[in-house]
Amino acid sequence: MSRIDRRFAQLKASSRTGLIPFVTAGDPAPEHMVALMHALVDAGADVIELGVPFSDPMADGPVIQHASERAIAKGVGLVDVLRWVAEFRARDADTPVVLMGYLNPVEIHGYARFAQEAVQAGVDGVLLVDCPLEEAAVLQPLRDAGLQQILLAAPTTAPARMAQLCEAAEGFLYYVSFAGITGAAHLSTGGIAARVADIRAHARTPVAVGFGIRDAASAKAIAGFADAVVIGTALVERLAGATDAADIAARISEFLAPIRAALDAH
Amino acid sequence: MSKIADFNAYPDVHGRFGDYGGSYVAETLMAPLAELTEAYLRLREDPEFIAELDRDLKHYVGRPSPIYHAERLSQHVGGARILFKREDLNHTGAHKINNTVGQALVAKRMGKPRIIAETGAGQHGVASATVAARLGLKCVVYMGAVDIERQKINVYRMKLLGAEVVPVTSGSKTLKDALNEAMRDWVTNVADTFYIIGTVAGPHPYPLMVRDFNAVVGREARAQMLEQYGRLPDVLTACVGGGSNAIGLFHAFLNDPDVRMVGAEAAGEGIASGHHAASLLAGRPGVLHGNRTYVLCDDNGQITETHSVSAGLDYPGVGPEHAFLKDAGRAEYLGITDDEALEAFHLLARTEGILAALESSHAVAQAIKLAREYPKDGLVLCNLSGRGDKDVHTIAALEGVEV
Repeated sequence: MSRIDRRFAQLKASSRTGLIPFVTAGDPAPEHMVALMHALVDAGADVIELGVPFSDPMADGPVIQHASERAIAKGVGLVDVLRWVAEFRARDADTPVVLMGYLNPVEIHGYARFAQEAVQAGVDGVLLVDCPLEEAAVLQPLRDAGLQQILLAAPTTAPARMAQLCEAAEGFLYYVSFAGITGAAHLSTGGIAARVADIRAHARTPVAVGFGIRDAASAKAIAGFADAVVIGTALVERLAGATDAADIAARISEFLAPIRAALDAH
Repeated sequence: MSKIADFNAYPDVHGRFGDYGGSYVAETLMAPLAELTEAYLRLREDPEFIAELDRDLKHYVGRPSPIYHAERLSQHVGGARILFKREDLNHTGAHKINNTVGQALVAKRMGKPRIIAETGAGQHGVASATVAARLGLKCVVYMGAVDIERQKINVYRMKLLGAEVVPVTSGSKTLKDALNEAMRDWVTNVADTFYIIGTVAGPHPYPLMVRDFNAVVGREARAQMLEQYGRLPDVLTACVGGGSNAIGLFHAFLNDPDVRMVGAEAAGEGIASGHHAASLLAGRPGVLHGNRTYVLCDDNGQITETHSVSAGLDYPGVGPEHAFLKDAGRAEYLGITDDEALEAFHLLARTEGILAALESSHAVAQAIKLAREYPKDGLVLCNLSGRGDKDVHTIAALEGVEV
């Protein structure tokens, strides 16, 4: 059983909704990245989503774009991200880590080389935003190495295609709550509850919902019908500009604590 | 020579040209792309649609564009005859209108009231604003803040045509960032918005659709050559940024093995300087803007900033069909520096009375080099893809002249 599968099994056994924070690797401070990851776990993260910075993040809004630009300006690349995961693993053998990003950095690194190094570092899954199911053949070396492929599903996904995604899903299926980019602010939970319920009934994996969740209230609304919630933009925004490890940990705790409490109270 | 039997067989149903092309986009866009592919594949076989497009190309764009023998330029160079396919004479002054007229008709048939576009030099933005005005569609154009500065005239033209021009300040603030931003708009407004991509890049079906709409250039040229010269040209040349005017000229000749094809990439300050936009010459296969193609990027996979004196060539990727033609050995891609393009611009102006766009001046420079390789009865056909009025301020600034 993979680390991700084990984590979701534990959540289910204890009837808890998973909390999946997203941060851009290398932002706000590359030198404190490992400490930042531990702080996420201390604040109640069940899975960590680590954004691999990319120069042209087409599916992201301005907050995550700028975080990527800051990290790239500091020289952060895939090699650093893998090193941080390996260092994180030295103290945390249980919390799953998913790398989220775009295809080009992985393609240039080399699929087979990436697969081997990522598994060795302790990465559990990858979500490559611009690699839909139709193009996923290039990711075979990743699957062969045991990295789980996290797939996106969207409000625009047609029913027949949704069935394919439900069948192909590994780890968890990431449902994008609205058609748009990360960080846009129009979450309407009413419309998505039925769709997520339907997906949960058919998917081989748990379903996480992301995009538009930014605080305890919106997280709680989603918790009613999802296995996990993903929070990215609001957290990245909160961390921007922090320079020392204590400040980073304090901001994370302050931001995630009410969300964790809201999920657990559900 | 190339081993490909029939170039018309590409792309395949997944939009792949061999290893290149495809649909590398987020899940949210897969449904709208499928909807567009379905609509476009139906329309491209629809006699009514084809007739409407042909009418527009004739009466609104002003097609066919002539083939012009540049005698004084050819004499000056002292080699083969240099011929120009005069896309600069089209309405709005470039080949870009061929594509926007076509895509706007697709938008209309699909019932989309709002169109968006990205633009580098502003030619595609102007061509999009133009067709939007004509069809009564709302038009939003994304343009890098750097490009807005160097193409002020085109920005104002778009505004006169009723379009909203949105400055893009992320990344390098040029064409690639404008494309990212247009993609973000599209993913957010898919229900009522049609995205008119201006070049043969992006996810399937764009490289196919934009190529089809520009292929009229090569179809006309092929017939005109047979009619006026009784034979096909020895060599074709065109500038390559994203590559739509080059594919437009090349495509009808791909299955003519004796016709050589040379794409002129922007070598900027020289390939060795690192300040250029020559994706095919100096890039490597990667994934950008929805397709696999040659891209300029560093070892971390980050797309690198490009440089060219011409905003329209300042792009770190290239259409996937060009990547395919390069690997297949069917087309060659060479570099023209800023200085060579500027020199060709002036030479053409003084010998032929034609101000070419800076983009097209790269093709002119390449045509001059090629003409020297062939005997006097040789025929070099160059796509003069756009006129240079928009660049007058840029050239004046480079020469320290106040206009």
